[in-house]
Amino acid sequence: MREERYMNPYLAGLLLGLLLVGTFFVTGRGLGASGAFKRVVIATVETIAPTHASQAKFYQEYSTQPPGSSPLKDFLVFEVVGVLIGAFASGLYAGRVSWRLEKGMNATVRARIIGAFVGGVLWGIGSQFARGCTSGAALSGLAVMSIGGILTMLCIFGGAYGFAYFFRKLWI
Amino acid sequence: MGPLVPDIISENMSHILGFLIGLAFGAILEQAGFSSSRKLVGLFYGYDFTVLRVFFTAGVVAMVGILGLSHFGLLDLTEIYVNPTYLWSAIVGGLVMGLGFVIGGFCPGTSVSAAAIGKIDAWIFLGGIFIGVLVFTEGYPVFEELYKAGYMGNIRVPDRFEISANGFAFITVIAAFFAFYAVYLFEQRKKKAITFFEPNVRSVAVGALAALLAIGALLFTDRRERILRLAQSNEFVASYPVDVMEIDEAAFWIMEKAHDKVQFIDFRNKEEFSKMALPNSFNFTVENLFEKGGNPRLKLKGMKSVFVADDEFTERQMAVIAKELGYKRIHILRGGLDAFRREILGFVTPIEPPKTLAEEWLVRFRSNARTEIEELIKHNKPKKEPQQREKRKLGGC
Repeated sequence: MREERYMNPYLAGLLLGLLLVGTFFVTGRGLGASGAFKRVVIATVETIAPTHASQAKFYQEYSTQPPGSSPLKDFLVFEVVGVLIGAFASGLYAGRVSWRLEKGMNATVRARIIGAFVGGVLWGIGSQFARGCTSGAALSGLAVMSIGGILTMLCIFGGAYGFAYFFRKLWI
Repeated sequence: MGPLVPDIISENMSHILGFLIGLAFGAILEQAGFSSSRKLVGLFYGYDFTVLRVFFTAGVVAMVGILGLSHFGLLDLTEIYVNPTYLWSAIVGGLVMGLGFVIGGFCPGTSVSAAAIGKIDAWIFLGGIFIGVLVFTEGYPVFEELYKAGYMGNIRVPDRFEISANGFAFITVIAAFFAFYAVYLFEQRKKKAITFFEPNVRSVAVGALAALLAIGALLFTDRRERILRLAQSNEFVASYPVDVMEIDEAAFWIMEKAHDKVQFIDFRNKEEFSKMALPNSFNFTVENLFEKGGNPRLKLKGMKSVFVADDEFTERQMAVIAKELGYKRIHILRGGLDAFRREILGFVTPIEPPKTLAEEWLVRFRSNARTEIEELIKHNKPKKEPQQREKRKLGGC
């Protein structure tokens, strides 16, 4: 595998931090990602099974849009679409765009596919409990010194360290 | 001034901004190498510390940056979104995500940036997130109890622990710096190198950034926090120059019904205020003083505002806060409402006849005032100062 040229991590961190400050200044809230997925799920369920969505408790409690407005009309949804395009542009610029599956040296393709899926499911569930993921709860929470956000941050990274040993075959 | 949404920038416009912010977010994630799962999990297996460096740098830059904006009055900290704390939900959710991190190799934001450059595993991960959220929303009746357990409000570290926002920011900056140095030494040892410091542009720049952030963390004090702390200091409040109105003068203004000249700002709680309130008085809480752009009632031209509470010290505290915030023509009532009730409303004509003319006038004035003001209070319908609507942002993930 060729050597990837990435940005200096401190410079990237500085830029990300400034972007986060700017986001708070303009919108009054931080960056996020998992919230967009919640919106997509709610929109999907409301489209495919409108009767179910109007009866099940979660959709009733959290569908706060005015009637007729789509749950997709949300800051975070637009932001995540931006992430997709911004990252694609950056990948094009750096010559990193290609279809490939990345996995640990000793992991099988099958293990990687199952791992990626299960990992995604866990993030989907966990980010709902924590009301945010690494960006919305951990990073933005740390920036505003939210106790819940910082606690979630410690649990994400602490948990990952604690569980890392059991899944080492996937990566090293 | 900030946040600009919704007062200066409309919600619809904010969607376009969200897209632009996302562009920058995605580009930074991809440039940092977060589009690679092996690079991300490297943190947990000790072969790549990019995540620690990027995340921690961004966190402290944003933390100090927000304090800086607030210090210079550019951003109102009471209006920004603070993630609510649900103790058990935060812990369980965090641990589940930590498990997902080492199994899946991404977190949601990074998986989007990886999917953008064609990582197939990232697309599968995204599908997993969708199913995971669906599992949660469909299973919500089962999860609800845990989801809502241990609610503590939108609390920040300085609200709950004996530390100021500045102290916490300073400690976080120092901790980040030591973490960076520790992983640097760890990497050196793995390379069998023995340098403790490389005198190049990069290390000097990181040191300089850390020093700047540490200084900023200490200097960017929060106006609100500073003023509230001043008001807690007994000596400071006692030595602060405040105009004091005598109870007889207050009684005079009440009987004059000079509602365009003197108003009373009552800092007692709602219940006491609704039981008995002076005419032309308004029930305030300390939050009314901190209203964005200043409380309009206290800024009325030519109006004297007399702060009242049961005791004079509370009045002084509120007057200190108001004057520090720049309000003018603030007075307090001598001895507080306790004195007013005792000396005016509860005035008893002394048995001994007055010895001097001044004493005679005082007795006559106070017994008049007692009956007249009692009558006025009886007909007075206490007015509650409207609280500014809750403007703290909703949202997040």
